[in-house]
Amino acid sequence: MQTRATGVSKVTFKAVFLRNRVMLLKIAIHLLAFLPLFVLYFLAFTEQLGADPVEEVIHFTGMGAFNLLLISLLVTPVAKKYRQGYLLQIRRLLGLYSFTYAMFHLLNFLAFEVQFDLALFFDEIIDRPYITVGMAALIILFSLALTSITALRRKMGTKWQKLHNGVYLAVLLIALHFFWSVKSDIVEPMIYFTMAVLLLILRKDKIKRWFKSS
Amino acid sequence: MLINTKKNHRLSEQQVTDESVYHGRRELLKKLGYLGAGSLLAQSASTNAGALDFFSSKEAEVFQRQALKFAPAGESLQILTPEAKISSHNNFYEFGMGKSDPVENAQGFKVNPWQLSISGEVDKPYTLGYDDLFKHFPLEERIYRLRCVEAWSMVIPWVGFGLAELIKKAAPNSRAKYVAFETLYDPEQMPEQKSRFGSVEYPYVEGLRIDEAMNPLTFMSVGLYGKTLPAQNGAPIRLVVPWKYGFKSIKSIVGIKLVEDKPPTTWNILADREYGFYANVNPAVDHPRWSQASERRITTGGLFARNRIATLPFNGYGEEVAHLYKNMDLRKNY
Repeated sequence: MQTRATGVSKVTFKAVFLRNRVMLLKIAIHLLAFLPLFVLYFLAFTEQLGADPVEEVIHFTGMGAFNLLLISLLVTPVAKKYRQGYLLQIRRLLGLYSFTYAMFHLLNFLAFEVQFDLALFFDEIIDRPYITVGMAALIILFSLALTSITALRRKMGTKWQKLHNGVYLAVLLIALHFFWSVKSDIVEPMIYFTMAVLLLILRKDKIKRWFKSS
Repeated sequence: MLINTKKNHRLSEQQVTDESVYHGRRELLKKLGYLGAGSLLAQSASTNAGALDFFSSKEAEVFQRQALKFAPAGESLQILTPEAKISSHNNFYEFGMGKSDPVENAQGFKVNPWQLSISGEVDKPYTLGYDDLFKHFPLEERIYRLRCVEAWSMVIPWVGFGLAELIKKAAPNSRAKYVAFETLYDPEQMPEQKSRFGSVEYPYVEGLRIDEAMNPLTFMSVGLYGKTLPAQNGAPIRLVVPWKYGFKSIKSIVGIKLVEDKPPTTWNILADREYGFYANVNPAVDHPRWSQASERRITTGGLFARNRIATLPFNGYGEEVAHLYKNMDLRKNY
């Protein structure tokens, strides 16, 4: 009797878990993506972020955006390889968090680095290639975030997928942005560039088709 | 009748304790702790780090700084950068690439014994040992602005002496046209010098033209905020050239050589389009990748400090040094 009861409860737990795994994953993503951002600004506002908190918040949000975008691009290959279709449902959330981090990255630059000197802000975007490509990537991410709304997606039909293929361009631009922004230590940017390229290689068939059709 | 009683309890700690002792009380307690741990070797902790690590925490490895005797500078017209920020925000790649790496990785840095040799095109080459650095020349305090090529700046009360005094003592000959500087090369102590992936060639080298080196502003620093230098700021002796970008101010120097030809300099070797030999602070000549027209002055404020200020030609020291560069195109000679 007892064993059967335990067995039943186990099955139930597993079933509940399986039924809610997407929601649980999403909660985990919310926590893992949002908490660091919260802690970062808490430390920055309470002067616990070293001598130059400006550099810290800019770097942290920039790397956060890049990491989240790479993770979001890893989802599809993993889901396909291990036949875990449900994973596809977390891509949007990861992408939106990547965009959020990228927005904070830009706002940090505007508010704390150039301190709302708009002339300097626009000059820098135009004159500095690494900022120009970063801005281009952010504009792509912005258009993807905007069109991630389900209703818009339905309305756009096949155009939607074309637009969202822009993420492949964005990830390369971000890798370049990182590469050009460092003073001398190119090891980390090289690793990131390699990761971005590997994620694109996993999609080589799709990208080939995409080039042929256009 | 008024009874005047002595109210001892109203005295604060500062009133009864010498200020320097008061501020150093934590350090004092730590030192007492070392004695309590039964080890008089603690003072030379770095030499015996291996043995001490066994029964003292990482905290035991704190770089020791001594108070210096010097002629103090007058009141600063500019807000000084707090000591804690000066000593925790450093570009000293030998101890790591991040700004906070040097303070973490340099605590065990061994500076005593030290040897600084002055050689090359001189009649009287000589070598200074660790103690000589502090007693061979009268020490004075100088408050200088430090402008980093990354467009941030600090105001720092250095303690040291003029480079000119150090050079004159060696009696340079007529072939001495440039001065070449070299940082310590010790991969055992400086982890980045071991790195196989690093792009910087070590030892770090820098150079000045002889007239730049002899300018009264050019300073050899052995301390800041009244004490010997923190390891991460270039202990035990470093160069300070306040009208040039910070990377010219080479740290932890072991060699100063008077030479006839323009010496190679580390950042110029690394990226000559971005970092020239002169590296004078110049708001009119941008770094290829960012503007040099303004800078963020790091002082007391945090994230919300409105600290972006205009960068001045020669970092505001034009009156003293602009004549060194007349008839020179500073766009070409950046």
